[in-house]
Amino acid sequence: MSVAIQFEDISKQYRLGEVGTGTLSHDLHRAWARLRGKPDPFGKVGALNDREERGGEYVWALKDVNFTVEQGEILGIIGRNGAGKSTLLKLLSRVTAPTTGSIKTKGRIASLLEVGTGFHPELTGRENIYLNGAILGMQRREITRQLDAIVDFSGCAKYIDTPVKRYSSGMTVRLGFAVAAHLECEILVVDEVLAVGDAGFQKKCIGKMKQVSGQLGRTVVFVSHNMGSVMGLCDRSCILVNGVAEPPMPTKLAVKRYLQLNEQSQNPETSATISLTPNSSFQFHKIELCSDEGRNAFRFSIGQPVRISLEYECRQEVPGLEIAVAIFNSYETRLFTVERSQHFKQQMQVGFYSESVAIPANTLVAGEYSVTVAAFVPNSQILQSLKSVVRFSAFDDGFHFSRYVGADIGVVQVDCAWSASQNADSSVV
Amino acid sequence: MNSPDDDDGDWDLVIRPNSSVFTLQLGEVWRYRDLLYLFTRRDIVAFYKQTILGPLWFFIQPIFTTLVYVLVFGRIAGLSTDGLPQILFYLCGITFWNYFSECFNKTATVFKDNAQLFGKVYFPRLIAPLSIVASNLIRFAIQFSLFLGFCFWYWWQGKIHPNAAVLWFPIIVATMATMGLGFGMLFSAMTTKYRDMVFLLSFGVQLLMYATPVIYPASEIPASVAKYLAWNPLTPLFEATRYGFLGAGNYSVSGLAYSIAFAVVMFIVSTAVFNRVERTFMDTV
Repeated sequence: MSVAIQFEDISKQYRLGEVGTGTLSHDLHRAWARLRGKPDPFGKVGALNDREERGGEYVWALKDVNFTVEQGEILGIIGRNGAGKSTLLKLLSRVTAPTTGSIKTKGRIASLLEVGTGFHPELTGRENIYLNGAILGMQRREITRQLDAIVDFSGCAKYIDTPVKRYSSGMTVRLGFAVAAHLECEILVVDEVLAVGDAGFQKKCIGKMKQVSGQLGRTVVFVSHNMGSVMGLCDRSCILVNGVAEPPMPTKLAVKRYLQLNEQSQNPETSATISLTPNSSFQFHKIELCSDEGRNAFRFSIGQPVRISLEYECRQEVPGLEIAVAIFNSYETRLFTVERSQHFKQQMQVGFYSESVAIPANTLVAGEYSVTVAAFVPNSQILQSLKSVVRFSAFDDGFHFSRYVGADIGVVQVDCAWSASQNADSSVV
Repeated sequence: MNSPDDDDGDWDLVIRPNSSVFTLQLGEVWRYRDLLYLFTRRDIVAFYKQTILGPLWFFIQPIFTTLVYVLVFGRIAGLSTDGLPQILFYLCGITFWNYFSECFNKTATVFKDNAQLFGKVYFPRLIAPLSIVASNLIRFAIQFSLFLGFCFWYWWQGKIHPNAAVLWFPIIVATMATMGLGFGMLFSAMTTKYRDMVFLLSFGVQLLMYATPVIYPASEIPASVAKYLAWNPLTPLFEATRYGFLGAGNYSVSGLAYSIAFAVVMFIVSTAVFNRVERTFMDTV
């Protein structure tokens, strides 16, 4: 197979913060270096794109990206928000130029970073089909030839001579995609435009893309963070992590690896060390999740207890001090709350405490959870409250309700007594 | 990126950090000529959509402006019009000045106005400023026909004396368009990163009109100021137009040559600046 797109050492640097007089001085430095034939003095600066790290003025949104796309394949590009997916697409669609490196392509590229680009609200649907088609690089002749097919595909035939500003947003999107779907190109670059539109429309889009690549032998580059659509569509995928690309691999492997990477990066949330607040009479020091196997667990089987260990310090005796732990599910519903005084009645003394609360096995259902802890005096004063301080996920490893795949079985499991007694008189039921 | 790129021949397109500064990519622009046409049409049609008078609005604006100018500059201020009928004098100035200033103003904000579009799809960026010049040319043609109508009326009454200098007309319009485009592209390139020039632009065009013989004839400029205003490349264009159509004005071939040379140099410089900026302006706009 021949190569359709080749990325060679592609990097893209962005400047952070606002444009002001500071940038002017950098620009002047750059111009001065260029005049003397020196390399860009700021070309070396810049951290890899890790959003959580602070500081630095320049950032590499992409760094030395090298890979090739074969002709006729559908290549997925996956990565977390801010991993550089959109930047890669922008470079490929020539919206902006790379800082270093080159991209070589064979064949006409059509890029769909958005559907309905350049629609003018005052113009009619028909006029906008022409305008949008021309923006995407079609000739008027081509559009006229395909006009009927485009109108049919969009399902807006009745409104075609009405200004687009009167359209519903769904109709606008459909019209936009209809134009794009009839583009004649060898390489199609698609962003997460499919995220808009209803399920039926998404199905139509995916079908169209499969057809474009399968029957017509065109190359598709598809960017998404929806694993479902990537798995359904792409033969190979490429993972982007903080602007660095891993070589393309079969999609199944890539998705598995991507999920693993995500899990690693989420692990720190299973344990929280709380910064000190001086002059407070109460202080949480550390909240941590423990499983039966050990500390710092993230994934729990639902047949396993979830232990939340609390380290805190009582600096002054506060009459009526209460400590509570609450569990929230991913819909931010508070499932239940546990209070310390349910188990320990006596007034808390000054000192350090290390305690743990266990959620019994077979209480939660599969899902994502967060834990909130608080120290307070009921109905009068909150000493310290830590919202969603740690998170964990519970997975189903086979329990009673596993046979109902995907069905709603409620938000918690409760071990209720179900007593049965034989009725003496069988005629009374 | 340091390797010699001798294998480029096999590829249809190679995307690199920097492209040559002086290319106009006319081949690309030609390939997108339909887009140029559709943009131009959009600008014209969208202007009068949902109006009752429709394209008539293209006439109403210059007529009313002319009436106000006759009242303010002609009657109240009593400015000279070189002995020409006031209506014709001001209409001439307004029609031609509108064309230049619209080209300039609209191209100057082309990056900012189209950021949404430029950020999503590639087409030769030059299409956008060119479409502005083209759609304004159509507007100008409509307004110019109004001016011609008045010309005929006054000519029939023997009040004006058109002459052979009228033949400069297409060259004058082309020069004006090139200059407007050049100035505009330079401004648009300079304002993507630093917005300071936007403020200059908003009143600069207005001031430029007063530095150009639009509402007064060049013959009325005091000698002490004249030597500075002589550098204004727009002056010969307006004077030659007035001389050709109406028969009064400082017409000189050398002045026109200066204007044309200025426009060409301006255009080359602004193309270079525009090309430098267009590839990465999305990151800073």
